[in-house]
Amino acid sequence: MSGKPRIWLFGDDVNTDLIIPGRYLDNYDPAHLASHAMEGASKDFSAGASEGDIIVAGRNFGCGSSREQAVIALKRSGIQAIVARSFARIFYRNAINLGLRVIVSGTADSVFKDGDSAVLEVEAGTLVSLDGSKMAALDKIPEHLMAILDHGGLIPHVKAKLGKK
Amino acid sequence: MAGRTFAEKVLGRASGNTKAKAGEIVEASPDLVMSHENTFLVNKAFSEIGLSRPLNPDRIAIVLDHRTPANTAQTAEVHSRIRKLVNDYGIKRFYDAGEGICHQLLVEERLVRPGQLVLGTDSHTTTAGAVGAFATGIGATEMAGVWATGSLWLKIPETHRVELSGHLQKGTYPKDVALRIVAMIGPSGADYKCIEFNGPLIQDMPIAGRMVLCNMSVEMGAKAAIVVPDAVTKEWFRGYDPPVKAVVSSDPDAEFERRIEVDVSKLAPIVAGPDKVELSRSVDKFEGVGIDQAFIGSCTNGRLEDLIAAAEVLKGRKVSSSCRLIVAPASRKILVDAIDMGVAQTIVSAGGTLLPPGCGPCLGSHEGVLGPGEVCISSSNRNFRGRMGSDEAVIYLASPATVAASAIEGKIADPRRFLR
Repeated sequence: MSGKPRIWLFGDDVNTDLIIPGRYLDNYDPAHLASHAMEGASKDFSAGASEGDIIVAGRNFGCGSSREQAVIALKRSGIQAIVARSFARIFYRNAINLGLRVIVSGTADSVFKDGDSAVLEVEAGTLVSLDGSKMAALDKIPEHLMAILDHGGLIPHVKAKLGKK
Repeated sequence: MAGRTFAEKVLGRASGNTKAKAGEIVEASPDLVMSHENTFLVNKAFSEIGLSRPLNPDRIAIVLDHRTPANTAQTAEVHSRIRKLVNDYGIKRFYDAGEGICHQLLVEERLVRPGQLVLGTDSHTTTAGAVGAFATGIGATEMAGVWATGSLWLKIPETHRVELSGHLQKGTYPKDVALRIVAMIGPSGADYKCIEFNGPLIQDMPIAGRMVLCNMSVEMGAKAAIVVPDAVTKEWFRGYDPPVKAVVSSDPDAEFERRIEVDVSKLAPIVAGPDKVELSRSVDKFEGVGIDQAFIGSCTNGRLEDLIAAAEVLKGRKVSSSCRLIVAPASRKILVDAIDMGVAQTIVSAGGTLLPPGCGPCLGSHEGVLGPGEVCISSSNRNFRGRMGSDEAVIYLASPATVAASAIEGKIADPRRFLR
């Protein structure tokens, strides 16, 4: 992680066509996908996002297509976690399966502004601004999903499971 | 004790936990798993696991439909790699470019059967609920896990019952019903839930219409959607082995989290957009909005019934010189039937461009991509900004008949004016 984690704030119903439109899906290269990440929702994101940044959003983040490239594009952009009021179910599973933390918070999108810097404390369950003036409580990631995240994603998780047999 | 829901029964059976209730997480084994071009991503993840082949190749179906025939050299390479792995793994249910859309083929080929658990790497996998299966979308990496282990974790969803009553008036179709319901429930109103469609309207509705309702349910966030199986469902499988003796349904005393009643008697043709599926009103509120492109097709509305409805509007008329009409049948069988019936002749003679069976321009990768400032009316399922091309283009959703009427006028138009 370099510098201060920046918050990228988005609203409700950010769909996968905004995160990565279908016209870019011919090419599976993560760098290519990241260069068009969030293109439909923010013109600054793909050039401005850096390692450790956090997306904060409203309800139903990631609705629409099942395209896993939506998660790949955000992860490759450096996003360390997405904090939203709620997630669309396929996007949520995809994120966990690829090792990207997706965390529910009922208040983060009303507490933080776009461009704020904040520190994510997953264990403590908080997102706190660097100057300490703002704080949002985070829901716990369910245990069976933490097990997948702890392995770094579903594939290493499955490998570990199969290896144990 | 309350009875059990369809979702509880199917996921209970698939996980060997027949007492499982809504809210519980189970490890379930799907009866059928499907992927399309993203089989490439599935296999990339699967290869990392280090197994020589999937656990159950006989439960895998693969369909090339999103970019067919190949739109770029990269896609062509993806297609040929998929053909190779199909061969290497001994996957028998493979449908190459030109056969049709995955969701159509799963139902048309009777690959999906009532009571099954079906997973697909596509959000519109819910479509298969039309024949009484619990069908839901997952991502490519998750599918790789299923290929390797034969199972995955699923939370048993609560159930929302939608009771549909009344008769559809001239010029209105299941698509208008679906758009109306999305507007009522909202884009996340059925998040993580199983929707069950039931009621008198369903009794008269063929499988094609049922597929529209189940298909569009994911636009409300639903995990799965079914039309409560009945005589129409059983009839669909007549002559296909093994015979369907029983279907799985919720018990009469099962607990439903929410009940919604919709009377379609006064429903007018609906148009949704721009940008949001839930943003819909009757067609008269949009009349006169100029269009550059009209698209009939997709897993939502590319079936024979849809092409017939469009042809009824187009018969003896011409597509406006100010727009183009693009039509993509959802499968080869549909195309052949449309040719046999003269429906394809009517569409092409009227000025329509017929595409090969497949997803067509719905996802914005080829065959009718929109440019900046263009307006499209489409029979597909999503009008999200940027979906069909430029993010400065605008998309409206409607039934195939409304799309056809709009193509004739070059602006959004009420199909009832063109129907006898």
